Amino acid sequence: MFSGGLRAAVWKAAAVVGYAVQYGCIAHCTLEYAADFIVCSGPSMEPTIHTQDVLITEKFSVMMKTVNVGDVVIARSPTNPNIFICKRVAGLEGDKVCLNPGSFIKKYRWVPRGHVWLVGDNMGNSSDSRVYGPVPYALLRSKVVFKVWPPGDSGSLRGPPQEMLQVLRTMKDTGR
Amino acid sequence: MQAARRYFKSFASGFVVAVPVTVTFLDYVGYVARVEGASMQPFLNPEDRSFNDVVLLNRWSVRNFKVNRGDVVSLASPRDPEQRIIKRVIGLEGDTVKHTFQMPGTRTYKNRYVRVPSGHCWVEGDNFGHSLDSNFFGPVSVGLVHARASHILWPPQRWQRIEPSLPTDRGPLDQETIDHLEEQGAVTIPKT
Repeated sequence: MFSGGLRAAVWKAAAVVGYAVQYGCIAHCTLEYAADFIVCSGPSMEPTIHTQDVLITEKFSVMMKTVNVGDVVIARSPTNPNIFICKRVAGLEGDKVCLNPGSFIKKYRWVPRGHVWLVGDNMGNSSDSRVYGPVPYALLRSKVVFKVWPPGDSGSLRGPPQEMLQVLRTMKDTGR
Repeated sequence: MQAARRYFKSFASGFVVAVPVTVTFLDYVGYVARVEGASMQPFLNPEDRSFNDVVLLNRWSVRNFKVNRGDVVSLASPRDPEQRIIKRVIGLEGDTVKHTFQMPGTRTYKNRYVRVPSGHCWVEGDNFGHSLDSNFFGPVSVGLVHARASHILWPPQRWQRIEPSLPTDRGPLDQETIDHLEEQGAVTIPKT
C-alpha cells in the first residue's frame, strides 16, 4: 500500500510519538510523586520568600505525613482549588493555635482532626488560616526544601520570623 | 546465561515504560473502584449483599475542579486525608442549603441554613442519617474532589451511566425562600 520511503517515515513518526509519551509520563510521575519546581508570587511569605523566587519542593513528607510545625508547604487554596498557596505550618491536628498573635487579649482555638493551620510569614499581609480557618491536610501538595533562585539568596529557607514564633510557642505550652 | 541477561534487560526496560505510563493514565483519565458502605443507598450498594458496586471514577472531567450539582464525586475526607469518600454534590459556592444536624446526645434533628463559601461545595450521601457528610463536617473545599463517578460497572444488570440528579427533597434553596430566611436573619455564613 505504502511505498518503502513513506512506510519508513510513518514508523519513524510513530516511534517519536511513542518516546514523547513515554518521557512525558516519566516527567509527570517525577513532578507528581517526587519533587518539582515552584515560582512564587505575592507578598505573604516575605521576608523568607519573595515574588519570582524559585523553590524546589518534595512530595514525600506530605505523602508520609511527616510534615512538621515550622515547615513551609505548598497547598491548594481552600477558597479556590485552581491556585496554590505557600505558607508555613503553624499547627497540626489537635494543636492549640493563637488566632491573633501580637494583640493584648489572645484568642485560641484547636486545629480539628485531619487539618493543619497555615500562616504566612508576613503576618500583617497574608490571607491564611486566620481568614479561612484550618486547611484540610489532603489539600497539601509538597514541602519546600530549597530555594534555587535568586542566586545570592539560595539555599535552605530561613526559620520563622520573630512574631510567628509567638504562634509556634503557644503550641509548645500545650506539651508538644 | 546470555539469554537470561537479555531477557532480564528487556523485562526491566518494559517495566520502566509501563509503570509511568500506567500511573499517568490513572492520574489523568480515571480508574475503577469498589464502593464501600451504605452512605449512598439506594443509589449505590442498594441491598446488603456480599459484594459491593464497582464504579468508574473519571478524573479527566474534574481536572479543572468543575463539579455540577447532582454529580456523584469521590473526594478525600476532610477529617482523614487517607480516606476517600463518595458523595453527591448538593450545592455549589454561593448556594444556600439546609443543614440538618443531630443535637449532641439526643435523637432530635435541627435545621439551619448555610451559605456555601467560595471554593467550597456541599456534599451529602443519599442515605440520610447513615452518612458522614457535609451535615457533619460542613462545606468542603472543592480542591478535595478527586474524581467524578461516571458509570456503574458492576453488577452488570445495573450497568449505567451516572447522570447528575438531585434527590427531590434536597438541593439549593430557591431565591424566594432565601429572601424569606434572610429577613429572619436565619442564614449562616460559615468561615470555612
